[in-house]
Amino acid sequence: MLRLPRFKYLRPKNAREAARMAADLGPRAMFVAGGTDLFPKLKRRQFDVETLIALDFLPRDIHNGSSECVVGAGVTLASAASNEHLVKSFTGYAQAAGLVSSPPLRNAGTVGGNLCVDTRCNYYDMTYEWRKAAGFCMKKDGDICLVAPSSPRCWAVSSSDTAPMAIALDGVVGLTGPDGERELPVSVLYRDDGMDYMAKQASEVVTSLTLSAGRDMRTAYVKLRRRGSIDFPIAGAAVALQLDGDEVVRCRIVLSAVASHPLEATAAEDFLKGKRVDAETIRETADIAAKPAKPLDNADLSHFWRKRMVHVVVEQALLQAATRTPGSTVKLLGQYPE
Amino acid sequence: MTSDGKFGVIGKPLQKVDAVAKVTGRAIYADDMLLPRTLHCRILRSPHPHARILSIDTSAARRIPGVQAVITGADLPIKFGILPVTQDERALEHEKVRYVGDPIAAVAAIDEEIAAAACDAISVEYEVLEPVMSIDEALAAPKDERIQDYGGPHNIHKLVALEFGDVEAGFAQADHVREDVFFFQGNTHLPMEQHSAIATYVDGRITLWSSTQVVHYVHRALSKVLELPMSRIRVIGAAHGGGFGGKTDPFAHEIIVCKLAMLTGRPVKCTLTREEVFYAHRGRHPVLMWVRTGVTRDGLITAMHFRTALDGGAYGSYGVASTFYTGALQTVTYDIPAYRFEGCRVFTNKPPCGPKRGHGTPQPRFALELHLEKIAHDLGIDPVDLKRRNFVMPHTRTVNWMRVTSCGLEECTERVMTASGYAHRDKRPGHGMGFAISSYLSGAGTAIYWNDMPHSEVQIKVDRGGVTAYCGAMDIGQGSDSVLATIVAEELGLQPADVRLVTADTDTTPIDLGSYSSRVTFMAGNAAIEAARKMRGMLIEAVAAKMKCDAAAVEVAGGRIGDFSFQEASVLAEGRFGTLISAGSYTPPKLAGPYKGSGVGPSPAYSYSACVVDLEADARTGLVKVNRIWIAHDVGRAINPLLVEGQVEGSVYMGLGEALMEEQAFRKGLHKWPSMLEYKSPTFLDMPEVETFIVETVDPEGPYGAKEAGQGPLLPVPPAVCSAVYDALGVWIDEVPVTPEKIVEALRRRAKGEPARFGPARFPSIPYPTAIKVEPPPREMDRAATSSI
Repeated sequence: MLRLPRFKYLRPKNAREAARMAADLGPRAMFVAGGTDLFPKLKRRQFDVETLIALDFLPRDIHNGSSECVVGAGVTLASAASNEHLVKSFTGYAQAAGLVSSPPLRNAGTVGGNLCVDTRCNYYDMTYEWRKAAGFCMKKDGDICLVAPSSPRCWAVSSSDTAPMAIALDGVVGLTGPDGERELPVSVLYRDDGMDYMAKQASEVVTSLTLSAGRDMRTAYVKLRRRGSIDFPIAGAAVALQLDGDEVVRCRIVLSAVASHPLEATAAEDFLKGKRVDAETIRETADIAAKPAKPLDNADLSHFWRKRMVHVVVEQALLQAATRTPGSTVKLLGQYPE
Repeated sequence: MTSDGKFGVIGKPLQKVDAVAKVTGRAIYADDMLLPRTLHCRILRSPHPHARILSIDTSAARRIPGVQAVITGADLPIKFGILPVTQDERALEHEKVRYVGDPIAAVAAIDEEIAAAACDAISVEYEVLEPVMSIDEALAAPKDERIQDYGGPHNIHKLVALEFGDVEAGFAQADHVREDVFFFQGNTHLPMEQHSAIATYVDGRITLWSSTQVVHYVHRALSKVLELPMSRIRVIGAAHGGGFGGKTDPFAHEIIVCKLAMLTGRPVKCTLTREEVFYAHRGRHPVLMWVRTGVTRDGLITAMHFRTALDGGAYGSYGVASTFYTGALQTVTYDIPAYRFEGCRVFTNKPPCGPKRGHGTPQPRFALELHLEKIAHDLGIDPVDLKRRNFVMPHTRTVNWMRVTSCGLEECTERVMTASGYAHRDKRPGHGMGFAISSYLSGAGTAIYWNDMPHSEVQIKVDRGGVTAYCGAMDIGQGSDSVLATIVAEELGLQPADVRLVTADTDTTPIDLGSYSSRVTFMAGNAAIEAARKMRGMLIEAVAAKMKCDAAAVEVAGGRIGDFSFQEASVLAEGRFGTLISAGSYTPPKLAGPYKGSGVGPSPAYSYSACVVDLEADARTGLVKVNRIWIAHDVGRAINPLLVEGQVEGSVYMGLGEALMEEQAFRKGLHKWPSMLEYKSPTFLDMPEVETFIVETVDPEGPYGAKEAGQGPLLPVPPAVCSAVYDALGVWIDEVPVTPEKIVEALRRRAKGEPARFGPARFPSIPYPTAIKVEPPPREMDRAATSSI
């Protein structure tokens, strides 16, 4: 069977100590929070790691303010999905957290970990032996992209369910580096690069996620995946709407799993602002939102179909958000409510 | 059974005898075993789908500290294979590799990481050959060379052509003739437990514990390849975590650990990775099918011509049998008076296909059910009615000489029709219901290799009040141990938990051909009845002598034999007869018809199923959500209804996976996703409510009337899903899996005025030989057959 490689396991007491260890050890060390994505990848030798730095000290509490909520990076996805305040005031975020993977993995996986989760590609998420047989790709051990061989870059797909929603909710992460702390909007936490996909320093630890909700904010996350559980997204839409009566005063639409980073549909946002929400407007907005999505042949099902489905997930997310009274519980319109 | 004919334990929903061990993790699987000084084995596999091996250099691997032995094909050159006619596999290949994953070298080391590193350090020089990745490519002249050096022309492995009755005349009588082409994609078994084996070599004897379905066939292969007499090899089936047909061949890793144990003198273990399980495969053949049927105005079948092309992968495995199976059972559900079957299996550079639940029959069943439904639409007849008009009758012989005994098709259909309300279904767009039926063997009537032995034997020993039953059958989770214990308990007036079992151990148990072809309940069950009745006879005789009464007056029930407890009775009997042992065996009747190839298909009894699927299909996205499934299964008699329901629900689950998502897909010569996350199989949330109806027709030859339940109920599920999609959206998806993109594409074609279907466009030209003409059995043989039972 597949075995984990041998590694050193360090348990720093706090984020500063963790960041210093990471800075000292360099690229052969990695942080581990829940480990639900990391450990399988270590078994498949997708990372060359000598040391794992445990982040089990990270805060696991959720602080509710009047218009914002500070979620400790160590909060499990299961806790986030069921937290009363998040479910009520940041519904889309709780939904997204609850749609990650499967129940056992949500019990271990964390809010911080899901924000930092590695990009995916079905030429990359394979064992060492498979990748050796296929020819290694540039993301690990090789020098070309097997999805787009003429491309100079890696097209692995951003597969976080919670990151798009965090962006839609004006999320800000707290980062602790070896020399100090800073805050960074989630919208600038990612780069459009399948390999070097995070804009933070490798030694910086994500310690918290602060979400903001304006008055009467309505949010929804719709995830498309083949099965009712466990699968990573193959398309997803995170929507936050602020309405004045029927009129949209503010909106964010962020797509998951259609690019190497969470993709904000800015043209669609601009289109929707100032308009009344009705079926026709939603349809047009979804059309515009789907345009920049360019799924490639490196995830489940055909990329033609996934491209077509981006429109559907955006439309469903908008519908859900628009028809939702803040605080109400919502039945997902997606393929499988979980 | 008591004197008034009431069963003690048969028919009761009792817990499996091994339930606690399995549920609490205390059952010992092969991978749980760690004997003192065990070495760990890893296997180097081919990275190329098709290549000649020019050289193998293991020197760097041998130098790695902790490596105890490295072997290559030169150490195990003798070929083996499950069928005598296709001995085409080597445990390790040193001349040529035929699929990505073909084993080349093996390392035994003090731990698995070292073994893996040593495999990586072996350098192999290849001459890469053009891979053959599809049926069409296999039928054409190879660019470089053929995959195997037998069969032909080109990469054809096997061709068969049989004709029963006058097919031309049958078509001439038809008022309507229709042709269709279908494709059934390949898929794999996906057992929870990965294959695992551990071997020791002590005092010149090999002992192998393995996760296998058939200790006997592994025993034979080991003897051949290791050149040791069978008496010096012992194969024991460890607790089993799922087979579904995928552990029915002897496998390379089983032979390798034995060889490494012989070389090192230490126990050697090998547990396959999940990826390697995908390469071991032997799963569902992808099959392309063409079917032409003639019917009367009333929908009665006058003739059928069925062609299949199987993508076999790189080796023979069970392939010859699989090929015949794609043509054998069409006639067992529908009365087809004239029938021509042409089958072809090709080699491709993929992991070998073999038997998966339903072995070779779900694919033609899929085609046949949809084809008849299309004919019904052509004629304006309700599809359920049309099928019913053609149902075979109990106690008949089919045109291809299959003997049908009990047959609950009509009752199964009635049950699911009534429960589902199919006839009055809600016909709104996007909602659909579909219906299909099927049949399957209760054990193959002929063995895999020619021999005169019974197919199953059971021995029973009673001493100090304890009962032990010995049988070679392997419980692969289906509950065969529980069935054996139940039968022995029934005959001796005990509870199943009172019976100790020793199973699947070639040293201590008599032969059983293993857990495949749904044969264990029927065959081992009949052997157990015979053995148990002999034992019962001795106990009764001893008790009757003591009671000074007639044997007929001795009641055996509730743990008592006459006036005595079972323990007291066993002491009396042992005093009277000496050591108390009895044996029983089962040999199926000679049922094969008078033609070459008639050995595939005959079974002492056939199970029957009928199924209705209710689903929602979304025209915009193509997404399908199955709401509910009703399935009725004629199991003859449910020895344990709980186990039967479990088998039926498990079959439905697997059938749904095949219908909607499972797919052994390849890209650039590689398995596209050999992982449990990427190879999609349904989760709990994808599983609908299943309402199961057990139909009991009490088969004249089955143990207490029982037939099979483990495979047949899978078969109607894929066609019923496609039928329901048609009902919902008006498009035919003539291949599985039915993915959303195929539905969307079929709807797009309809909108453009093209045929409203997604599926294969054509059936290739295949050089089938001239069909062997077989006279059908006399129609009246049917009744004669019944009376001879």
